[in-house]
Order: sequence, then structure tokens, then C-alpha cells
Amino acid sequence: MSNLPQRILVPGDSASRSVGADDVADRLTNALPAGTTIVRNGSRGLFWLEPLVEVERDGKRLGFGPVTVDDVDDLVAAGFPEDGHPLALGPVDTIPQLARQQRLIFARCGQDAPLDLPAYEAAGGLAGLARARAQSPDAIIEAVKTSGLRGRGGAGFPAGIKWETASKATGSETYLCCNADEGDSGTYADRLLMEGDPFTLIEGMCIAARAISATHGLVYLRSEYPDAIRTLKAAIDVWRDAGHFKGLSAGDSFDIEVRTGAGAYICGEESSMLNSLEGKRGEVRAKPPIPAISGLFGQPTIVNNVLTLASVPWILAHGGDAYREFGTGRSRGTQAFQLAGDIRQGALIELAFGASLRTLIEDFGGGTRSGRPLRAVQVGGPLGAYLAESDLDVALEYEALAAIGGMLGHGGIVVFNDTVNMARQARFAMEFCAIESCGKCTPCRVGATRGRETLDKIINGEDVTGNLALIEDLCELMTDGSLCAMGGLTPMPVRSAIKRFPEDFTRPLAAE
Amino acid sequence: MPLDKDTDFGTPAPRGPAGTVSLEIDGFAVTVPEGTSVMRAASTLGTQIPKLCATDSLKAFGSCRLCLVEIDGKRGTPASCTTPVEPGMKVTTQSDRLARLRRGVMELYISDHPLDCLTCSDNGDCELQDMAGAVGLRDVRYGLAGENHGGQAKDVSNPYFDFEPSKCIVCSRCVRACDEVQGTLALTVEGRGFDSHISVGGPDFFNSECVSCGACVQACPTATLQEKTVVEHGVPDRTVKTTCAYCGVGCSFKAELKGNQVIRMVPDKDGKANHGHSCVKGRFAWGYASHADRITKPMIRDHIDDSWREVSWDEAIGFAANRLMATQAEHGRKSIGAISSSRCTIEEVWLVQKMVRTAFSNNNIDTCARVCHSPTGYGLKQTYGTSAGTQDFDSVEEADVILLIGANPTDAHPVFASQMKRRLREGARLIIADPRAIDLVRTPHIEAAHHLALQPGTNVALVNALAHVAATEGLLDDDFVAARCEADSFADWLDFIHDPANSPEAAAAITGVAAEDIRAAARLYASGGRAAIYYGLGVTEHSQGSTMVMGMANLAMATGNIGRRGVGVNPLRGQNNVQGSCDMGSFPHEFPGYRHVSDAVTRKTFEAAWKRPQDGEPGLRIPNMFDEACGGTFKGLYVQGEDIAQSDPNTLHVEAALRALDILIVQDLFLNETARFAHVFLPGTSFLEKDGCFINAERRINRVRPAIPVKTGMAEWEVTQALTQAMGYNETSFASSADIMDEIAALTPTFADVSHARLDRDGSVQWPCNETAPQGTPIMHVDGFVRGKGHFVVTEFVPTTERTNRKFPLILTTGRILSQYNVGAQSRRTENARWHDEDVLELHPSDAEARGIRDGDWVSVRSRKGETTLRARHSGRMAPGVVYTTFHHPETGANVVTTENSDWATSCPEYKVTAVEVAPANHRSPWQEEHTGSASDARRINRDTHVEPAE
Repeated sequence: MSNLPQRILVPGDSASRSVGADDVADRLTNALPAGTTIVRNGSRGLFWLEPLVEVERDGKRLGFGPVTVDDVDDLVAAGFPEDGHPLALGPVDTIPQLARQQRLIFARCGQDAPLDLPAYEAAGGLAGLARARAQSPDAIIEAVKTSGLRGRGGAGFPAGIKWETASKATGSETYLCCNADEGDSGTYADRLLMEGDPFTLIEGMCIAARAISATHGLVYLRSEYPDAIRTLKAAIDVWRDAGHFKGLSAGDSFDIEVRTGAGAYICGEESSMLNSLEGKRGEVRAKPPIPAISGLFGQPTIVNNVLTLASVPWILAHGGDAYREFGTGRSRGTQAFQLAGDIRQGALIELAFGASLRTLIEDFGGGTRSGRPLRAVQVGGPLGAYLAESDLDVALEYEALAAIGGMLGHGGIVVFNDTVNMARQARFAMEFCAIESCGKCTPCRVGATRGRETLDKIINGEDVTGNLALIEDLCELMTDGSLCAMGGLTPMPVRSAIKRFPEDFTRPLAAE
Repeated sequence: MPLDKDTDFGTPAPRGPAGTVSLEIDGFAVTVPEGTSVMRAASTLGTQIPKLCATDSLKAFGSCRLCLVEIDGKRGTPASCTTPVEPGMKVTTQSDRLARLRRGVMELYISDHPLDCLTCSDNGDCELQDMAGAVGLRDVRYGLAGENHGGQAKDVSNPYFDFEPSKCIVCSRCVRACDEVQGTLALTVEGRGFDSHISVGGPDFFNSECVSCGACVQACPTATLQEKTVVEHGVPDRTVKTTCAYCGVGCSFKAELKGNQVIRMVPDKDGKANHGHSCVKGRFAWGYASHADRITKPMIRDHIDDSWREVSWDEAIGFAANRLMATQAEHGRKSIGAISSSRCTIEEVWLVQKMVRTAFSNNNIDTCARVCHSPTGYGLKQTYGTSAGTQDFDSVEEADVILLIGANPTDAHPVFASQMKRRLREGARLIIADPRAIDLVRTPHIEAAHHLALQPGTNVALVNALAHVAATEGLLDDDFVAARCEADSFADWLDFIHDPANSPEAAAAITGVAAEDIRAAARLYASGGRAAIYYGLGVTEHSQGSTMVMGMANLAMATGNIGRRGVGVNPLRGQNNVQGSCDMGSFPHEFPGYRHVSDAVTRKTFEAAWKRPQDGEPGLRIPNMFDEACGGTFKGLYVQGEDIAQSDPNTLHVEAALRALDILIVQDLFLNETARFAHVFLPGTSFLEKDGCFINAERRINRVRPAIPVKTGMAEWEVTQALTQAMGYNETSFASSADIMDEIAALTPTFADVSHARLDRDGSVQWPCNETAPQGTPIMHVDGFVRGKGHFVVTEFVPTTERTNRKFPLILTTGRILSQYNVGAQSRRTENARWHDEDVLELHPSDAEARGIRDGDWVSVRSRKGETTLRARHSGRMAPGVVYTTFHHPETGANVVTTENSDWATSCPEYKVTAVEVAPANHRSPWQEEHTGSASDARRINRDTHVEPAE
């Protein structure tokens, strides 16, 4: 039994690169005998272990991490032992935080090079598309409806119903747009997938295209993700060269084009995104008409989040009923939770709906990184509610969160310790809205600025009672009156902070 | 009437046929067309839901959030502007919650708005102010010290309106109007969030892509975009509905006045030609009516070298009548004549031709249509039976293919261009045949499928080739032809058109357009759905103008593109009433209604009505008048509102003719170029003073109503009538303009059911309007051609004799620009001059380089007829070998260069083709030197002014 590894895998995604994975890979190339295969795989999403170097030997994948460039020589010299080395993690698939996940979307992410199509297929890729090709579009839609898959961008609209609407709408073209403008603070699941396993997204889009007879596919990808743009574009080329875009629907025109955003948060809102794709100002459109009937260039258009589309290959491969087995209530399947903020083990955790927030933060996240007591958790991005320690047992699913005034959003979970000032966080919500609002509707365009100013007055102790009443009126106006979810949800963090942490609003800053 | 404020239904009526939907709003049942918004449905009940971003000229936008309502069974508070009605819907428009939300919105608006209502130019006419009142805003709890947009500089660069960003509420109505109404897209919102602001895409409005149509100003609910006249004088207090006096689109306007001062012209939403839109000329360029150059007193002089003398109306009319009669006594009955004006009303024109046919006892009556669309009248009469276009403007909204030939609508017919652009943006395909790359070749969101940049003078070869492709590729509508057209003439035409001489390959050599482009365009026209032809003077002003009109008529008939919506052959007529002046018998060979003077029955009708014998011989056309004047047999001319000395070709010849007259009477607003040669000047009235009708390019009879009293003391028709009577014709007379219309209706079968009373009651109508078409006729030839069967005419291409050679190697063609109008008599006397203060010669850089001409150099343009000097501008719009200029400024002397070559059938001048040479110049042409020297002399007026002694 040779001690030499068959392959060494060093993640090539942007998160791992940001902590030195490129240097580690370079050093390994120099340190190992010529001819050793070094693969740049995707990340497993266990960020506290990155760069997580994997060594393939005797059918085992051994993990080492976090590996710095200075650790390389030592590891090479030690022969990458399965155990006994401070960095040795044992077989990767036994790392508890990974082993305990229920990975459907991210099952292949990190296993191989993102552009290795044979490896993708060997790992079960393309099975869903093969099943879809053998089915009618209606049958595909039926499978997705059966699965209970809901939009993962945050709105949670049933994907199958959306597809059905578009498939019945009439137009000269039908567009399939993937929303990859992942702008929520504390979220990174889309990026991880596009950099680590882009074929799953592409396969999902091909299945959706067949279901709705889409003539064009577009991915709206934020400019802040240059690595994802590069990887996804390359993957589309590989996919096209392999002929996998062929024969999806009549006319055979379907292909995918990557369009880069220009830094506006609001372009993650689907109608703004469509305007941006049309080359217009990223401004929210009024509904109706819904995009499924009149979307991009006035044609039937499906806009789905990366994770929604990436869930589809599994559903087609295993059936809608199998997918339904995961989850609870009206939240079926799995959700990619993303831990961030003051968390010891920041990671992407894919689990069936229904796990408690405490499980995520404590069992998977290991508590706060600072060691200070946890005070607040914002779930669902910058427009999500601030929850308190007492809320941690809430089940992470759409309805349970809504019941306590929160939302799941895109699955981001940001942890704050006891040093946080919640009045400042409420002010931040308004400030964020003031900066990122598209500027179309009055409650959002003017209201957010007035909200920020009024919270400043509260923070400074000016007429706190009166101004809190004014904030409540403003929150009602923004919630009921805004054109889209940006203005409509900005009150959620504000109101939840006031409700759960009132002491931060009645205590003048000077007194702190 | 008092200031007429339209009901704003908030959102447009749904387009196209639809079923109806019944719902309940605040407990009241209402039934509206499917696709109607809840807001509009409420409006029809008289319930005005508060709104700021919504207005019924623009698509629902949903940004202000004032119009929120509650709907049973629907979540939240949807915006009523963006929510379509549904059957059985129950809507609540007022509740405590809604009141709270609306006050909340207004509170936000006002927290970022200056509180200077009492001194604001929009005070009393401001929707923001109205809404603050409507929602009961009493307090702004945010205070006024927060971040705001106050204190920004006003942009006063546009001559007609100001932009005051501090007062902007970012409702985007201006941006949307520029997009949806005008189609220029000069405006946008820049920045995001609170920083969102209106941006004009340039340093200021004047130096931007803005075309000053004013749609944004009209759309603005606050004082942000405001007419300078309102800023200066305050809001108007009364309204007079009338019709624009610029181009042949014939936009309806509401003149808004304060006393007798026009404050602003607001395009009328009910106007069937313009639907509430206008261009920079109609909306803003009316200041000429009170320009200092305006002459309001009659003047006479014995000799054209004398100074003018202001005299009484009686003296002027007596002088004119005596001279005319003396001239006839000396030189014969046919030695005098008149030219009627397409700028005047049909009633005024009617009296001029009646004067000629009664007091003058001859048929020497012609009109400026002679030099523009006479080939249209001739060609469409020959083929279809009616001397007018076949469609209404709205028909374009159903066209699938638009073939635009020799017309530049974005400059010359801007309001119709906006309507056409809307259709193009909806997906209609566009074919342009024009030597020049006009704006529509490529403009925001529009690109022509084909631009056939043909050599000037080769239209007929092109249209024959288009028909050849349709005929040889099986794209003709055989059923239509069999049912609707003459079999014989069709067979002859088919033989002719099949001739390889008419193939695209043969045409390519003549036109310079590649054969495959001609083929592709022909296929698109003949098989792309409903195909409509729109054309302008680039068709008519040629030696084969009439042939070309018939060529297009053939093509439309053969492909079945006649007699329904979305198709047709449509002249874009140049002047406000050129259709009307033609309809009114301003032709030496035709009585009103296009009936030939040789027709005894028609003559009898007029003889019975007018009690004077009628001449069965046609009289003189304008060019014949000039020739006869030079020859000494034509000695007296009355010219109503047309500046023939500037507008007609070969200026030197025209001037010689005018100098040879014993009596020239000019009726005009200004001492124009022609008046330099006149003996009597009769001051005319502007459209703001007129009472009558204009007829636009779609045969629409629009009322023109006096907004202000006549400035000259006599309405123009009264002047003509007085002159007629002074010459001894007293058999009939009129007491009002409406009386004249009654005579028109009585004597013109196509106008039988038209009267001022009817037009005032029902709005405009398109002729024919009579027993068989009591509601008028939007689309002609629906069930059959007016002449019976459609007549095909063999249209052989005959090249013009105006050829290039070594001495004159370039072809000069002429056109118009947006801000100016024709000879510029009106538009030059407005702030529009700031956009176009001189005519320039556009030429291709390669032609310029070959002659050492830099951009901006002075160049001489020399033809076989004359020479003039103007500034050169390099332009990629022109093909090499073709140069282009406009003719808005008299000192340009564009017509010093043009020739008297003319249409074989109608004598319409061949303005569009003149062989010239261009060379660098360092001096003005001899004509310009002479013109400048004599121009002021010829306009000297000795006013009977009493000079106060100096103190």
C-alpha cells in the first residue's frame, strides 16, 4: 500500500482563495513529486476549515485543514496521515458538520473540479436531465409541483405553479432567467454552487427550459462574483460542446447567456432584474402583469433563484415524491442555510426544512466565534427579522418563521453578540434601504431616508415616544404601501428590533 | 369658455376590442371594458382616487402609492392604477387605513418639497398641492430639516420652459412622456434611492437630445417643468379649442389665455389627429402672432420702389380693386389671377377662388399645393378616384410593415412620427426609401429593416422594381385585384411590370440600391402583413412625381393593401390646410371637390349659385403665371399667405415675373419676400384670430376658433369679400365664416353634411361626409374604389433631364428641420430660431475632402440656374455625390439654385434634384448681395407718426 496520494484537491473557489488556497496549491505543486495530480475543486462550504485540502488515496478522501502555505511541507513530509496530525480531519465525508447535512443540491459540490463534466456525470449528474428528456413538459411540471419546491430567492412561491403559468402563456419567445444576484448580507450559497458545481445549475435550467419550452436562458450574475462568472461561463461552454443544450424543446434554440449585474441590490428583485436585463434602469415594475405572463421584453418569463433551479435535477432524478419526503408542512425539500456573523464555524449547511435555529447556530455553528453571549440573530438577509436568544427554538421553515414575524429569505443567518446596539441595526436597515432603493415608489425612496433620520433622533434621545410612534406609522406605510419587497420588508428588521430589544431605543446613546 | 381642465382618468383606456367587466366600487356597480384599471373604473363613476404618478396619457406606473385601495379577498392595499378590474371585484377607495397611508405618502412628499406654494409658478395648477388637500395633510412630523433636494439651480436653458429640480417629486411622468408619448427618450432617472433624480442626458435641456415637444411639461404634476409664459404671467383662466397652423398633421389644441394673452397651447386629448400630443412648433412657436414684424395696417404704394403708405381698409381695397380692373381693361380678362393659401382656412380659400371665378371671371386660381402635393391629387385621382390619402393617422397603429418614401416625419410631421414610432416599437417593420439617412433609419429602440438610399430622381425605377419582385415572386393579392380592380389595366400593367427592365437588377444600376436589398424590401412589403405606404415631398417634387404616386398606388392595389385599417397610400401633407385648399377648388382646372371646369353640369351648378358665367377653359398654373408675366400678358396677381419669392423654384425667374406685374396684392402677416414686389399689402390674420376650418392630411376637417380678436380690424375672409365686391361682384355675400361653410357644403358633395355647428357639436370629421357617409370616412375605398374599379397605370421610368456632368457633378436635394417650418416666416420669428439660425449644406466627408471643404467653411453652391453661399457641414447621412440643405431662411436663397424642371402632369417643381457644384467661397453670391441690399429698401414704411416735440 503506497502512501502516495492519487489526487490532491485544493479548493479553487473564491472563499478558499481568499484564505490562501492558491498559495497552498502552488506550494503543493512544488513540494510533491512531479506528476502528482492537483485538482482545484469546489468548496465543501465548511469555511472554518478552508483551505480544506483533500487527499485521495486508496478510495478514501482524507481532509486536512485549515491548511496554510506554511503547513504544506510538514504535511507532505508527514505523508498526509489519516490521523495524528493536528490538521488531519480524517475522511472528509465523516466530518460531522458535513456528515449530518442532507445535501441534495450541494451533493456534488467540492467533490471534483467544477468543469469536469465526466466526473459530474459519474457522480449522478445528468440523471435528472435524462429523465426529463424522456418526459413531456407537463410531466416535468407535475413532478416539480409534486415535490413542493418553493422559490429559494426568498418569496417562496411554488415553482411548479410558476412554470405552469409560463408554459401556458403565449409569446414569440419564452425566457428562463436565473437570478444569481445574490445580494443579501450573510449569504453565499449561490456563489458556492456556481463556483463549485455549476453543472447542477445548468442542468436545472435545461430541465426548466424543457418544461416551459424556453427559447433563451439567462443568468443574471452579480459583478461582485468574478470567479463565479468565469466558472459558470466556462461550464456553459463545456455543456454546449457536449451537446447537452440540444433537443430540449421545439426550435432547439435554448442556450444560456451570463449577464453581469452592475452593483445594485435592487436588481435581485425580479422585475428590476428584468429591466436591467433589457438594458434599462434597474427599477421595479408594478405587477400585474406577472413575469410568467409578460416578463422580459414583454414575453413569458420565468425568474428562479439559483438554488430553486439547482434543486430540480435531484427532483427529476429521484421523483417529486422522494423530494417531498424532506421537510415539513408546506416547506418541502432542503434549504441551504448560510451561517455568518459572529459564528465559530461559518458554513453552508444544507438541511431539510424544520431544523431549529438553535441546531444551526449551536450544533453546526458551534456558537459565537468571539465567545461572547449571543444577543440577536438576523435570519433572511438585511430585510429579515432580528430574533432574540429566546427565539432560537423556532423551526426553520417558511410558516413557522412568519408566525414569529420573521422570514427565511435566502437562508442567511447572521449572528450578533451582546455588543450590538439594536437601534443602530434598525437605523442600518433604513439606511440600507435608502441607499439601495430603486427610487421608484415614494414610501421606499423618501420613507427610508426619513426613517434613518427619525431613528437618528431616537438614538439621540429626541422625543423618543413621538418618534417611535412616527417610525411605527412609517413602517406601516412602507409595509402596506411600497411597490416591492424592498420597501415592504425594510420595516421587518426595524420593527423586530424595536419589539425584541426595546431597551436599545429608549436609552440615549450618550448614556451608553 | 372658462379654463377647460380635462378629466384625468388616471390610466389610458384599454386598446382594442374587449369584453366588459362588472364590479363594485364603494358599493356602486360599474361596468367597464376588460383591461380597465380600478382607478379608471372609479373615475367613470366620478370617484377621483388620489394620484400623482398616474395620468391617462401614460401607462400605469404605480410609483406614488397614493391610489392604494382595498379589494375584498386580496392581500394588502393594491395600487388602483396598476390593478386591472376583475368580474365581481369589490373595491373600497376610502377607509381609515387608506386615509392614513395616503396622508403618510403626502407627508413624505412634502418633507422634501419647498413650502413656497404662494409664490410658486404652479400655484393653483399643481397636483401636489391638490393632493395635499385631498388627503387632508395637516402636519409634517419629520420636520423640514431633513435631507432634501431644495436649493438646486433651475435649468432655464430651454427657450420655452424651465426645469426646477428642487420641486421634483420623481414621479417619472416626464420620463415616461418622453418615452411613451414622444418616443425620444431624452430623459431618464439617474441615481437610486433618495438620490434618484431626473436627468436630461446632457449639460442642460437645450444641449440634450430633447426635441422640446413639451410632453414632459404637460405631464409634470408640479412646477418642476413649467412653461416660461406661466412663470412670467401666472396660470391661464380661459380656454379656446382650436387647431395648429403648422404642418398637415393638424393637431388640436386648447389655447389657454388670460384676457387676450395666450399663456400656453395645450394639445387637446380629444384631438383625433394628435391625441393630446404636439411638437415644439405647435406647442411653443406661436409667438410670431404678436411679433414686432407683424403688419396690422393695410398699405399701398404706386410703385415697388416707393415706400409703403399705411391707409384705411377702404382705401387699400379700393386701390387694389381699381388696379385689378384697370389691368383687366387694358390686358384682358385673363390677365389677372390669384394664389390661395394653404395656411388659411378653407372658408378663406373658398372666397379667394370664388373671387377669381366671379369678380375676375376666369380660372386663374392656383395654390401652393402646386409646388408640393399636386402629384398626389393627380395620381390618386387617376388610380383610386380621390385626390387624397386613404387612411386616418390612427390606421398606422395596425400596420405591420411601413414603407416610408421621401418623407422625414420626425422633423416634418413630428406628432405623427411619434405615433408611427410607437407602432414600430411594438414590432412593425420599417422600410425607408430616402437618399438621406433620416433619423428613423436608426433611433432609440427603432431600426429600419431596410434603408434604400436611392439616388434622387430614381423613385419610379425603385417602385417599379418593388412591384416587379411582388409580381414575379407570386406575392400579389390576386383575389383583391380580381374583385376590386380593372382587369384590362391590370393586365397591361402586369405585362409592363414583368419586363426585365423593371427588375431589381436593372433598377440597381439606376437607383444605386443593391438588387438584393430591393428584393428583400419588396418581399417584406408584399408579404409582411398589413403594409402601409407613407410618403412626402420626396415623392412628389420630381419630374415624375405623378408617375411615382401612381406607381405606389399600383403597388398597394396589386398587393391588396388598400381599403382597410393598417394599409393604404398616405401622403404626409406639408401645410396645415393644403388638403383643404385643394379641396376648395384652388386649381385652374377644377372646381371645389375636384370637378373639372370643362364639365358642363358642374359649371351650371356654380353658375346657378354664383349667378355668374363660368369659364370652361382651365386657367393658369403658378409657373404659367410667372411665364406669362415675363411675357407681358399676365399683369395682376393677388397672393394670399404664400411667399412665392422664397418658396418657388428659380428665384431669379420668379422675381423677374413679379417685377413685371402692374398690380401685386400680398395678403400676409409679414412683409415677406414677395411683398418686396407688391403694390398693396393687406394684413392677414394669424390662426389665433381665425374662425373656420383646416383640413389635415387625413382629410380631417378641424375647427379653428378665434382665441383673440382680429388684430387687423378685418377678418381675412371679409377682406377678400370686400375686394370681390369692390370689383363689382355683389350677387352673393356672407355674414360669417359659418355661412361660407354652408355654401361649401351646398356646392361640394363630399362636404354635404359638414357645418360649423356640427363640428362644434361632434368634433372633427373626415370627408367624404354626406348622405352615404354621415359619420365621415376614416378609411377610403373600403368596399370599392371611389372611381369604381381600381385603375392601374403603366409607370415607365423616365430619367430627369436634370443630369450631373463634369461641371455640376453633385445632386442637391432639399428638406426640412424640426424646429423650422417651410420658408420660416413664422418659426423664424420665434425662439425656435435658436436651434436652427441658418441653413447649412450637408455633404459627405469624401465629397468635402475632394473639394478642400472643412466642416463649417463657407461654400458656394452653383447650379445651371444660379448660385448661393452657405456654410458646409460634413455629414454621414448623405451618400457621396448627394448634398442637402434646408430652405427656411430667405438669405440662404436655396431656390436661387433650383430649376423650373417640373412634374410632367402637374408642374410640381423638381425641388429634389438639382445638379450643382460646391466650392469653397469667401464671399456671398451676387444674388445674396443684391437681396441684402434691397431687402430693407423694399420694406420701407412711411408711417403717419406724429412726433412729439422734444422737451
